[in-house]
Amino acid sequence: MNWKAFLAMLARDAHVARRNFVALLFQTFLQPLMFVFIFGRVMVGSGYMPPSYKSLLLPGIMAICMVGTGIWAVAMPLIAEFQFTREIEDRLLAPMEISWLAIEKVVAGTLQALAAGLMVIPAAWLLLRPGVELNVPHPLLFAGVAVLVALFSATGGLALGCSMQQTHIGLMFSLIVAPMIFFGCTYYPWSALEKFPVLQKAVLINPLVYASEGLRGTMVPQFPHLPLLAVLVGLVFFNVLLLATGLRQFHGKAVT
Amino acid sequence: MLAGIRTCDLRKIYNSPPPVAAGTGGFSFGAPKAKGKQPKPEIVALDGISLDIAPGEIFCLLGPNGAGKSTTVGVLTPRVRPTGGQAFIGEHDVWKAQVAVKRLIGVVAQRPNLDFSLTAREILVFHGAYFGLDSQERNKRAETLLDRFKLRDRADQMVRGFSGGMMQRLSIARAMMHDPQVLFLDEPSAGLDPQTRLLLWEIVREYNDSGKTILLTTHNMEEADALCNRLAIIDHGRVIALGTPRELKSSVPGGFLLRLRFGHHSADLLDRLKALSGVREVRATDGNGADVYADRGGSLVPEVASLASSSNVELCDVHISEPSLENLFLHHTGRSLRE
Repeated sequence: MNWKAFLAMLARDAHVARRNFVALLFQTFLQPLMFVFIFGRVMVGSGYMPPSYKSLLLPGIMAICMVGTGIWAVAMPLIAEFQFTREIEDRLLAPMEISWLAIEKVVAGTLQALAAGLMVIPAAWLLLRPGVELNVPHPLLFAGVAVLVALFSATGGLALGCSMQQTHIGLMFSLIVAPMIFFGCTYYPWSALEKFPVLQKAVLINPLVYASEGLRGTMVPQFPHLPLLAVLVGLVFFNVLLLATGLRQFHGKAVT
Repeated sequence: MLAGIRTCDLRKIYNSPPPVAAGTGGFSFGAPKAKGKQPKPEIVALDGISLDIAPGEIFCLLGPNGAGKSTTVGVLTPRVRPTGGQAFIGEHDVWKAQVAVKRLIGVVAQRPNLDFSLTAREILVFHGAYFGLDSQERNKRAETLLDRFKLRDRADQMVRGFSGGMMQRLSIARAMMHDPQVLFLDEPSAGLDPQTRLLLWEIVREYNDSGKTILLTTHNMEEADALCNRLAIIDHGRVIALGTPRELKSSVPGGFLLRLRFGHHSADLLDRLKALSGVREVRATDGNGADVYADRGGSLVPEVASLASSSNVELCDVHISEPSLENLFLHHTGRSLRE
């Protein structure tokens, strides 16, 4: 393993992210924070939603932000760089196994997703206060879940980015990302689907369910949530599956 | 460590259209299979390429678009996996020791594949970092190359706005950044103005003077003639001629080529042309033409005109080529390189 090349590529991604920081900030936070404002502030303030909804909503918004950031950070550059211009070729030709380049992309995406997750907590808290009741009894468990969620977003980005053509980016969001968010127990807990038993079981194939329920279970455990063991098993399973798929697709794109 | 290039019976068959940078190969669609609804078309890009390029040599692959030049480069710079055969850089099998091979090579792809998220200077500096150069060394080399390729004025601008020629210069500078033993240049002068082309040739020769091996592809005969020690002419994925430019040019019968076009076809006239002094070979071409290979050019024209006149055949067109690689290609394939 050539750590010098790996770290240089990580430094390159950090440099590009820093250069695009303001755009990234708007792209990551604007939509979720507007959702927080309308549902958490306006609708709770006007009495359409119970006050407890504020606390229930925050972990879901954090999951959306992390997953959106990770997917975007990994998938979009890969889609662009594997296109006609083959921008990625300078890194494919670096003296390092090409799988490590894919892993570097995952590490960079994971770090960006974690940063987004950590930044959205104070931002949403400021928008929602007063009345948010965060309760993190096991900080290490919370950190572990957050890392697994970030990793899932980046491995998902790798698998999607290496499977999509540039012309299908719109479809990727409308057919994959949007349904994943709406059926991902982000705006409601999984237990809220009890009256829709088929749907409740069907959504378990959606990895975002484990992400939002995991964050809910570690940040606001006073609300109903999936058992944390199920969350951990689900996230690890999807991380391994998406990483394996992503690496396979990456090799297929890198070498003809 | 000096390193040469060796390939043994390289084959590449695409089951889907090849990527742009790998060229389109010599298209040859396999016979449909007996079973299966829609057999995949098989595109034979390389059909047994064997080359042995010595360390320190400037070697050129010359051929028309789609001959398999870029696919050969793709296989040697582990980007295109061969269907069969072996490829070596120095002692390393390209596909078994990819990392060791990537340390030895620098690659300029057919189309500029620059990192559009960076400035020109950052592209060079990060490239140096990928190859483990320390900060001081990579900054120093980047400065030298920016000067050498006349890119200093735009060094801190994003490359997205660069002209094609500037991108090409930067691609070549990047490939030299880690001082590779073997440099691959795939159509390096495409899109360059004549002045920059001369600069490129000078830089290539200079780089070669330090003992580096250079493999370049081109369909520009002048470039092949001016730069390379040896060249291989390839067409439809096969090597059809190999040697020094002088050897290859002298292998064309006579050296001169007269392309003639007559009013109508006359087998008798072709036989009489063969009997003219200095004529080495006569080939009938499509339509009513003939390619006459001879050891003289213009002085043969009056005799050809008089022969045609005495055979009652109108001589419509005469084109004389002096000894060139173009003639060689035509002699082997019956087609012009430019076709």
